[in-house]
Amino acid sequence: MGNGDPSIWAGVDVGASRTKVMVIDGERRPVGHAVVKSGTNFTESSDQCLEMALAMAGVTQQAIRRLISTGYGRKNVQRADDTKTEIGCHAKGCFHCFPHPITIIDIGGQDNKVIKVDGEGRRQSFKMNRKCAAGTGAFLEEMAPRLDIPIESMDGLARQSTQMVELGSFCTVFSATEVLEKIRQGKKVPDIVKGLFLSVIKRVLEMDSLTENVVMTGGVVAHNPYLVEMAQELIGRPIWVPPLPQLTGALGAALYAMEGDRR
Amino acid sequence: MAEEKLALPKIQAAGMMKQYMSDYFYELNEAATTKKQKIAWCTSVGPAEILRALGFLVHFPENHGAMLGATRMATDMIPEANAIGYSPDICSYLTADVGAYLKGVTPLSKAYPGIDSVPKPDVLVYNTNQCRDVQDWFMWYGREFKVPVVGIHTHRGVGDVRGEHTASIARQMEALIRPLEEISGKRFDMDEMKHVLALSRECSELWKKVLDTAAAVPSPITFFDGTIHMGPAVVLRGTQRAVDYYKMLLAELEKRIQDKVAAVPGEKFRLYWEGMPVWGRLRDHSMLFSSHQTNVLASTYCNSWIFSDFDPAEPFESMARAYTKLFIVRSDEAKEKYIKDMIAFFKVDGIIYHDAKTCPNNSNCRYGMPQRLEKETGVPSLIINGDLNDLRLISDEQTKTNVEAFIEQLEERK
Repeated sequence: MGNGDPSIWAGVDVGASRTKVMVIDGERRPVGHAVVKSGTNFTESSDQCLEMALAMAGVTQQAIRRLISTGYGRKNVQRADDTKTEIGCHAKGCFHCFPHPITIIDIGGQDNKVIKVDGEGRRQSFKMNRKCAAGTGAFLEEMAPRLDIPIESMDGLARQSTQMVELGSFCTVFSATEVLEKIRQGKKVPDIVKGLFLSVIKRVLEMDSLTENVVMTGGVVAHNPYLVEMAQELIGRPIWVPPLPQLTGALGAALYAMEGDRR
Repeated sequence: MAEEKLALPKIQAAGMMKQYMSDYFYELNEAATTKKQKIAWCTSVGPAEILRALGFLVHFPENHGAMLGATRMATDMIPEANAIGYSPDICSYLTADVGAYLKGVTPLSKAYPGIDSVPKPDVLVYNTNQCRDVQDWFMWYGREFKVPVVGIHTHRGVGDVRGEHTASIARQMEALIRPLEEISGKRFDMDEMKHVLALSRECSELWKKVLDTAAAVPSPITFFDGTIHMGPAVVLRGTQRAVDYYKMLLAELEKRIQDKVAAVPGEKFRLYWEGMPVWGRLRDHSMLFSSHQTNVLASTYCNSWIFSDFDPAEPFESMARAYTKLFIVRSDEAKEKYIKDMIAFFKVDGIIYHDAKTCPNNSNCRYGMPQRLEKETGVPSLIINGDLNDLRLISDEQTKTNVEAFIEQLEERK
């Protein structure tokens, strides 16, 4: 150790859309975090994101005791001591926040996952979406320009809906055509956006049964809390959301880093 | 990546298999060129024994389909068949094979210099025990080559294989004799039939013993080895060469067991593969699993060429029984019992189901079977989406993440 920095453990989650870093201290408390676009250079984006998170924690690179990477670009993180899958990391991160038997729904930029964890934090099963963007963040990213709205405005617009427009298609590309049809029919944008949210929820719920307590994580959830409210209403029970839903995978990776260090 | 550096022990018998397979393809090519011997095309689990007894040399289009997949030619051929009307959603063996024919190419040319095309058939003989696609596939070639097409229509969803099942199949087999005699120009000889069937049975027994060596801990063989070494059981059963080959392979694997040589060094997890292989990703998948010290060591697929019911004393009835006991034509209950037996016999920690987009007949994960089996046995499973031949239907990254996450899950349970 150098510079008198306190020890920290880091998790780097290089997703298809965003790179996330979580830094935790010896008490497993988040002390620094950051999110950047993954872009086309995963090594560069992970370096940049790590620097931002370390700056927030007020420490330097030397403070890192161990670093685990996860996500699509996990092999591109040069500083990583080891890698773990995003499924393992989301499970670990969510169980840390909610130490109970849980069913985790993670809605990412490219993938959706439903992960079941028992009361000891062990994974029982998991499902990932097929080779298809339906119900993922990429789906909403595709739809926003069709509606000529910034993606950030979707949550607010959906809340304004008075008469939701339901969309039937399984397919992102066909859904885009359906959206154009609704525009042609004169449907209101907030009503279409709410319909898009419902489409995301339906695609995710059909992946697996929901047992025990339900937790939702991921960037889509982080930026669209209204989507969680809609999902709660649909399944008829409360859904838990971690404090930093977009960073749950990175948190799990940081926790793995700490576990490995103590082994 | 770590998996690319991994060196797995090589099976020495492979050299002999390559020689036998080479002899087989050159013999077919010679016959097709000189017209000295008649050629029959046969489905992979069709009545090859009857054809051999009648002196036909036998070409197996499904084997050619697998070669198109393994050489990664298939994906470029499939659109050719699509363009004449075959859907991209049907069997990609069919579309790849028909596409290759339309394009005038074959992987045989590269592997065996001097062979320009698959051998032209004098007759095509199918058995729908694989699927109905094989019938359509053969009918198309029948029209193309203007040669007869005959076949056997099997029962499907069979629970217990009963006398009435086998009697009707045996009758259909016997009914093939007369038209095939006319095409071959040779009288059917029951003694020859019994001789061929005895060789097929011996091949089958040896192949079963080869696959059963995977029950040893550590396993001396992988599923990926099996997909390659099953070649003689598919195309040479009913010949002495197939028998000779499996004797040699079995001896090598038994020596491995004795010396505790693991096919996957440091074997930590043992998995069962249910469904078709992804032919164009055999090496990648082999490396992916073995880099995590995980051996996919057994499968329903490779076991599909075990015909323990063959009996030269009652050729037609026993062939009918063996070809109807095939996993693929059985009821879900029979399939589930079979897989449960395999889980116990091979001592596996988990099951990989390959949901092959264009092969519903070989994808047993679409109607809740994995969930039922997991509940009954406690053995976890993973479904990977892919295809036997069409690489456009595969996301390598998603497969990799799924497999790695599954192995992480197994580690947590240990």
